[in-house]
Amino acid sequence: MSLEAMFSKRPLLVEIVTAAVLIAVPFVLPLVDAAPNTVNRILVWGLFGIGFDILFGYTGLLSFGQSAFYGTGGFIAAYLLTRAGFPYVVLALLIGTVVAAAVGWLIGLLALRRTGIYFAMITVAIAEIFFFVEFNPLSEWTGGENGLPGVPTPSFHFGFVNLDFTSGWSLYPFLAFCFFVGIVIALRIVRSPVGVILTAIRENPLRAAAVGHNVPAYKLTAFVIAAAYAGFAGGLLGVLQGFMPPDAFMFDTSGQLIMQTVIGGRGTLFGPLAGAAVWLFLQDFLQATLKLGAAWKLVLGLVFVLLVCFLRQGIIGGIRDLIVAMRGKGQAAAEPGEEAAPVAAAPPVAPMAVRHVVPSDLRGPLLQAKGLTKRYGGVVANEDIDFAVAQGELRGIIGPNGAGKTTFFKMLTCEVPPTSGTIVFEGRDITGMRITDVCQLGLTKSYQVNQLFNRLTVRENVTIAALAELRGKFKLDLFGRLGAIDGLDEQVEHTLQLVNLTARRDTPVAQLAYGEKRRLEIGLALASSPSLLLLDEPLAGMSPRERVETVKLLKSIAQGRTMIVIDHDMDALFELAGRITVLQEGRVLVEGTPDEIKGNALVQEAYLGGLHEEELAT
Amino acid sequence: MLTWSNFLSQLFNGLAQGALLALISSGLTIIYGTLGVLNLAHGAMFMLGGYAGYVAYQATGSFVVAVIAGTLFMLIVGVVMERVLIRHFYSRPHEDQLLVTFGLAIVFVEVVRFFFSSQSLTVPAPAALSGITSLGIMVYPTYRLAVVGIVAVALLVLFVVLYKTRLGMVVRAGIEDAVMVDSLGIDVYRVFMVVFGIGAMAAGFAGIVNAPVVSLTPEVGEAILVQTFVVVVIGGVGSFPGAVVGGLIAGEIISLTSMVNPGYAYVMLFAAMTLVLLVRPRGLFGARGRE
Repeated sequence: MSLEAMFSKRPLLVEIVTAAVLIAVPFVLPLVDAAPNTVNRILVWGLFGIGFDILFGYTGLLSFGQSAFYGTGGFIAAYLLTRAGFPYVVLALLIGTVVAAAVGWLIGLLALRRTGIYFAMITVAIAEIFFFVEFNPLSEWTGGENGLPGVPTPSFHFGFVNLDFTSGWSLYPFLAFCFFVGIVIALRIVRSPVGVILTAIRENPLRAAAVGHNVPAYKLTAFVIAAAYAGFAGGLLGVLQGFMPPDAFMFDTSGQLIMQTVIGGRGTLFGPLAGAAVWLFLQDFLQATLKLGAAWKLVLGLVFVLLVCFLRQGIIGGIRDLIVAMRGKGQAAAEPGEEAAPVAAAPPVAPMAVRHVVPSDLRGPLLQAKGLTKRYGGVVANEDIDFAVAQGELRGIIGPNGAGKTTFFKMLTCEVPPTSGTIVFEGRDITGMRITDVCQLGLTKSYQVNQLFNRLTVRENVTIAALAELRGKFKLDLFGRLGAIDGLDEQVEHTLQLVNLTARRDTPVAQLAYGEKRRLEIGLALASSPSLLLLDEPLAGMSPRERVETVKLLKSIAQGRTMIVIDHDMDALFELAGRITVLQEGRVLVEGTPDEIKGNALVQEAYLGGLHEEELAT
Repeated sequence: MLTWSNFLSQLFNGLAQGALLALISSGLTIIYGTLGVLNLAHGAMFMLGGYAGYVAYQATGSFVVAVIAGTLFMLIVGVVMERVLIRHFYSRPHEDQLLVTFGLAIVFVEVVRFFFSSQSLTVPAPAALSGITSLGIMVYPTYRLAVVGIVAVALLVLFVVLYKTRLGMVVRAGIEDAVMVDSLGIDVYRVFMVVFGIGAMAAGFAGIVNAPVVSLTPEVGEAILVQTFVVVVIGGVGSFPGAVVGGLIAGEIISLTSMVNPGYAYVMLFAAMTLVLLVRPRGLFGARGRE
């Protein structure tokens, strides 16, 4: 059993432990002479890092520009509390948060146009701009290099009770409370459907979009969440120091946040806090006790490089792996190996209902492509293909290697736009639409090369696909619960039964046998219960026994559903399909019933002739 | 204040800075294009080259020796870095590559700070190139003029290496498709090592050439790194012509804006980058599939 599974059985355990530790800190740490100011700074960095971890650890977007939002939130709050004479500390912090989030939304629109390397470079550039803007054009408001002094600390007056938070351990309860609220919110977010989809985007953005999630919108959501946390933490920095320092905007701030998060452990929410504790205590220790002076940063830099090389998941991740490894020792023997995976024991399962109901007034074919052509430079992958599939049909597509079958599928699902031609699905022209929208309409495919969410479990994989169908392409139920979504469990369980992976539901995909991965690949396409399902070589690489099982599976899936299947296994396709389309050199060679195809001279020529040429070539 | 001679001299400043940016960015962009690794330590390498040149200059008193020693030192640093560390990150996610080069940048900066402190150091321009030159309507520091020439020669050498030699052909093929190059029987890892060395050399060379213009501090690479990012985004990742044109554009934007109000130089640079991102997301010379 994984740690996640243990925690999910006791839903509030993490929150309760966190609260207990936060309460215990001011009683325990003074015993070891920890400086209260250091502890407070750790809390602010930890809170700042929660948002960043949702962006980086969960969504996989490494931003080097978080200082922009930290500074924005901090200076807005500080300006309100000092120069504007605004009296309410908490309200000023919240206003700073909202402004930072709004700025994050704008910057996100721009930066998220690109991914990976470009995204990192753009965020660096943007953060640097903010620093210069703060220093020069806006220095009248921000105090330039002097910052804004005189930021007050919060105090609350409830009738007879006055709560004044000043500095050191007296300020600690306020910061600890803020951190606690921040972590509770973040835990809700990562356990919500949105949180699951964010991890899907981290693992495989292409597939997340293909199963019907609006990936750009979810990325932007994570970006705004991170900006909001940064803005709030920035405001707290001013409160903590009694002064808003301009270096909040510096690139070093973003850099330190990244390093602390990686040291502590990404994708854990508590990693940034642990990393900040290591960072700041080590800094104090190296500087004060070992008298290293400025060299402390060199030591921390080396520690960081070593951690990136050898302990990818950071301290918390390392501890978690250790615990799992120790617990797993006894269970390892019981884990079914690849061969032991129950393939033959597939129980009969009721066919899965199609949720996307085809409009009853639909006349003509379910899918119709006209004059479909795709050129890559001078290479013609598909040329002038006319193709139609009637509702309820099971169509097979065969053709020699390089006939353009996969490209044809990619165009049908709008993964790549055709050079020319039109595609009409359920009477609607879908040419040029996005793959996400097409999937939402009920047209999806399984991939020739597995496109799975590798570090997630089988169950999580299927859940991600099912969520797209049940929630639509974008929904902001940040505090929703997976369990509260109607029909999710049934659909996931049913899909798992259909592809015979129920026994493996809690296994991470990376540990599955090849045949199991192929079945999960089909399961992902199936979980969104499409009305038209395209399967690209579902039998490829399977053993003869697995083929027999998978053909059975395909037959059961096909009930009440239209399917198009590409495969090289002609015996299987002749058994399954009502009609067969043969592609050769990017064109439709011939179309007909299996018997017609078997006897067709052109088809024999295409395959045998092709073979003949290959023989000549070698 | 806005006189013709002022404008011209800023134009020249922009040219000098742009040429320098072009050289550094081309190192960054060919490393990224070939290896698929965005080297966040590139700015630190620029800084390191400057310091290596400073040490050589202190030892010999010759600027030429300083340039050669600094450049060769960076070639070695680049090759060692690739062999020891970067090589193990080719198969790891982009984020890990970013993190490890980012960590290296900090280590480089802090090592230099440890040995040379944070105080700024200067390398004087060689005697033959010091003083000022009269250019008709204005006078201009001779060394800065020389920088334009020196960097232009360096870019030309880089161009010849990339476009006229067998190695360059392999490198450019690697930018388009490293896997294919590998399957053709060329040891792509050796090419990677050489490319990383060349990239580091370009940054180091720029670092020492720039040392007489701007004094050396351990942080000098940080601002340069951000500027090269903007250059690469404008020019297009993996494109040598993109790096050159992008560098010149960025240099002129910074310089000409500074003439009006230095505070807005970065804002304008950012505006240019935004414009390119909106109109041509792949950059001026970027090609599909290079990222």
